[in-house]
Amino acid sequence: MKKILILGGGTAGTMMANKLFKALDRQEWEITLVDQHRTHYYQPGFLFIPFGIYNKSDVIKPKGDFFPSGVRILYQEIDRVEGEASKVYLKDGTVLAYDFLIIATGTQTRPDETPGMLGKEWRKSIFDFYTIEGAVALQQFFKTWEGGRLVMCISELPFKCPVAPIEFVCLAEAYFTEKGIRDKVDITFVTPLPGAFTKPIATKMLSQLLKDKNIKVVPEFYLESIDNEKKILRSYDEVEIPFDALTIVPVNMGSEMIERSGLGDDMNYVETDKETLQSRQFENIFVLGDASNIPTSKAGSVAHFAAEILFENLMNAIENRPLTARFDGHANCYIETGYGKGALIDFNYDTEPLPGTFPLPGIGPFGLLRNTKINHYGKMIFRWIYWHILLRGKEMPIEAHMTMAGKKNEIV
Amino acid sequence: MTQKTIAGTTVDLNDEGYMVDASQWNREIALELAKEEGMELTDKHFEVLEYLRKAHANDETLTIRKVGKSGITDIKGLYKLFPGGPLKFSSKIAGIPKPASCV
Repeated sequence: MKKILILGGGTAGTMMANKLFKALDRQEWEITLVDQHRTHYYQPGFLFIPFGIYNKSDVIKPKGDFFPSGVRILYQEIDRVEGEASKVYLKDGTVLAYDFLIIATGTQTRPDETPGMLGKEWRKSIFDFYTIEGAVALQQFFKTWEGGRLVMCISELPFKCPVAPIEFVCLAEAYFTEKGIRDKVDITFVTPLPGAFTKPIATKMLSQLLKDKNIKVVPEFYLESIDNEKKILRSYDEVEIPFDALTIVPVNMGSEMIERSGLGDDMNYVETDKETLQSRQFENIFVLGDASNIPTSKAGSVAHFAAEILFENLMNAIENRPLTARFDGHANCYIETGYGKGALIDFNYDTEPLPGTFPLPGIGPFGLLRNTKINHYGKMIFRWIYWHILLRGKEMPIEAHMTMAGKKNEIV
Repeated sequence: MTQKTIAGTTVDLNDEGYMVDASQWNREIALELAKEEGMELTDKHFEVLEYLRKAHANDETLTIRKVGKSGITDIKGLYKLFPGGPLKFSSKIAGIPKPASCV
């Protein structure tokens, strides 16, 4: 039996296990997936928990529900990959040999990387919403908070789901308005980027949106430390921002397993060819999702589009053909803006988010870079699509490659 | 894109004043570009610039954190060397493209 080994059973690894199990001859191939955790989190839902729109039970299911029954699953911690020997060592001493390896170990938040983040105010007045624990703690906090300075700060790039902090401040604005205490809450969005977003046209639209909602933006702020006593954020060039409640995107890094394996860059992301999705070091290693260092968003939509390319190239590699499938960096993100509305962006390595309609040119139903009710419904329906279609590796009516059809190359 | 003569050499610049072709760069150009930003370069500055150029040539993605781990200087030191925009200004003076933030 030839062996395919998948490391990580999150969005990327689960999709890949389903695709491969359907496609490969079961007499010839054995597929194994390793993950140390048994719970699958619908991570786009974390954003809604602080505002009581979702609760914990809305975003969790057992991982095992989504793995095909013929795939061998090992719930173990991974120690390291030895690329030269084509072997993976698990913490419990198990050694797994592979013909092809798919690394899908994702990215993690690392609050320990910033001095003061894990101090006495952690989850008392300093919250992350990228973990279930942080999102639930913030929900409890907001229930009784009477107002003050709410600061949303991004610690470092890259980070998972780059639009989530913008969505967070928009939802917070709506939440406190509906509670009748908006005039007591001062909202500030703090980012190391030069503006609300990286690309000019989307930044223009999103900056206007934040301005209309009376949310202040502090750009080019690079967080050095947090002072728990004075409740102050301090940057490397010694700018200080006071807060009463802080929501934070901690530094994101890839798995320490990547570092132990010598496969990563300085942030533990695997050095990956951005078009073929093959490891730059080993021909029989491929990388999917947030674990790679490809220059696009760390997001489920990217993993979804990339999965189709990786699948094609893995088939090419298995049959000794050249890796002809090329990933274009396609990402597609709904942006919740509060009051039952949302915006949508669709972009890739070369094309920044542009206005237009999606997925059908001229028809939609979704509006690109527009704030509409239907975009919000798209985001809410997506949870069903995620559990029932996307994770199971079924076809979606959206192409892996981005298309210019329906987009207008102009400033909104 | 525009052409400009800097320290006696004709170089190609993009709309934001970043050099388009890193191979056109030399130390004199760096000194001149730094002067435009109101800076005087020391040996320490040049160590950073050489590091950036090498990383760029190797197709590595540059971040402030990465330069801070380079062993040449820490992040605080980098801000002191290139105040106001450590990676933006240093990249400009090093003759490499403006660092792209990946979102």
